[in-house]
Amino acid sequence: MSADTANGKAKIKIDSASKVYETQSGYVHALDNFSSDIQERELVCVVGPSGCGKTTLLWALSGLHPLTSGTVYLDDVPVKGPHPEIGMIFQEANLLPWRNLIKNIEFPFEIKKLNPNDYRDRIQHLLETVGLAGFENKYPRELSGGMQQRASLVRCLSFDPSVMLMDEPFGALDAFTRDEMNLLLLKLWTENQKTIVFVTHSITEALFLADRILVMSPRPGRLTREFKVDLPRPRHLDMQMTPYFMEATKEIKDIIYASIEVEQHADG
Amino acid sequence: MADQLIEKIPDFDKKESTVNVAEEGFIDWTSLTKPPTAKNMREALIILAVAVAIVGGSEVLVRLFNVPNYILPAPSKIFTALVESFDVIGPHILITLQELAIGYSIGAVIGIVLAAVITQIPFIEKIITPYIIILVTTPMLALVPLLVLKLGFGLEPRIVAVALAVGPMVMINSATGFRRTDMAKIALARSYGATTLQLFIKIRFPLALPMIIVGLMVGGIFGLLTAVGAEMVGGGGGLGSRLVFYSSLARMEPFFATIVIIATIGISMYVIFFLIGKKWASWEA
Repeated sequence: MSADTANGKAKIKIDSASKVYETQSGYVHALDNFSSDIQERELVCVVGPSGCGKTTLLWALSGLHPLTSGTVYLDDVPVKGPHPEIGMIFQEANLLPWRNLIKNIEFPFEIKKLNPNDYRDRIQHLLETVGLAGFENKYPRELSGGMQQRASLVRCLSFDPSVMLMDEPFGALDAFTRDEMNLLLLKLWTENQKTIVFVTHSITEALFLADRILVMSPRPGRLTREFKVDLPRPRHLDMQMTPYFMEATKEIKDIIYASIEVEQHADG
Repeated sequence: MADQLIEKIPDFDKKESTVNVAEEGFIDWTSLTKPPTAKNMREALIILAVAVAIVGGSEVLVRLFNVPNYILPAPSKIFTALVESFDVIGPHILITLQELAIGYSIGAVIGIVLAAVITQIPFIEKIITPYIIILVTTPMLALVPLLVLKLGFGLEPRIVAVALAVGPMVMINSATGFRRTDMAKIALARSYGATTLQLFIKIRFPLALPMIIVGLMVGGIFGLLTAVGAEMVGGGGGLGSRLVFYSSLARMEPFFATIVIIATIGISMYVIFFLIGKKWASWEA
């Protein structure tokens, strides 16, 4: 546990989370005894090679898939299922193709049986912030990948959850759109004061966004290092060229490669 | 750890929703659901000119070679017969439409409901599907003599035959639709706390809708075929019985006029479902 998580209120508390999947070739330890606290309004990135259990961790936090053992607490209450304070952002924008943009944004309200008209100003403001005002009647297929993911950000923020869980949301986008989306996310995070857990396999993305990076090792998915990002806010793309950023990238890379080598030795 | 709650690795496949529906269907119906259309005025004019040439050309050829009426009446004579015999044929149109409407509604509702239910239970689906395929591939016309024996010469045997032809066709296509489970979209709805019913109404049904519409379209065509066929076999009223009546008297003008009417009904159904598909399933294109 790093020093800054000891004080302040933990929004999310992950207590010895473990998850075992059954496959045809036996049991896979996707997540092993993972513990960490996430502070209110903190932006935490989870980084690791594919198959390290990042997504498993996120789905456990969301309450969609139960843990094999261990507990996730949100505001000191165990998460046992989908939670109204949690909004998820998926790998691809995951818009419903048979609904136009505004109907997609109203989708959570329909499921939650809320009246979207009560949130009209908020939705409109968010659409303007992400630059989608005027596209309300467009269908997802008429929008670019970046626009679709921006729409999914609006959908998530529209009902004002206090926690956002993001599963490699910008992985499918090109590098330029990705930078743009990262800046937009930081802007939305600053304006909306959310607690964000952001899963990515891009160290650059993690360093650019995060207050703190949880570095994971593959099979079993373990927390190998908590890395506090020492970059001022607001962040600028230029920061990615600073010596600190380069060194930090190398350090995290080394941690990950070391864990992969350990795994390979163990396999061999 | 292994003795505790253990699950299969979930498959969060994001690509499933982009699969072309027609490819997963019982048969590829794209030739029906997505016909090539004229892309500009010039093409439209040429297509129209060819149609006129075919009708006009057959008129000229029939007259030029003195083709006897019992082989092929000239289009103008067929048109005249259509106008003159319409009073006689009219009530038969209503009979056929009535059989079609009732049989189709029964078959379509049962088909959709059955598809929605059995696709939720994969094992039951495996048991039932072979019988549905038998029902789809066996012409229900073969059952008409039996149905007439049981139900008499009224509308009932034909309605049952139509329902039997429509139901399995709608069902097999709808089942293909309901089987498309997009885990990411279901997870999205569940993350908002969706109930099973909400998942069905908001995700599974819209996802299945394009295939349901294809099933309804093809089912309609099969239903018309079965209705007319049953009338030909089973006697009594209806356009099919008119075909038998006119051909037995070698009155080929009203015979072909009846065929024109049947074709018009078929094309109308096709156009209706094409437009419905355009409105409710165009997101798939």
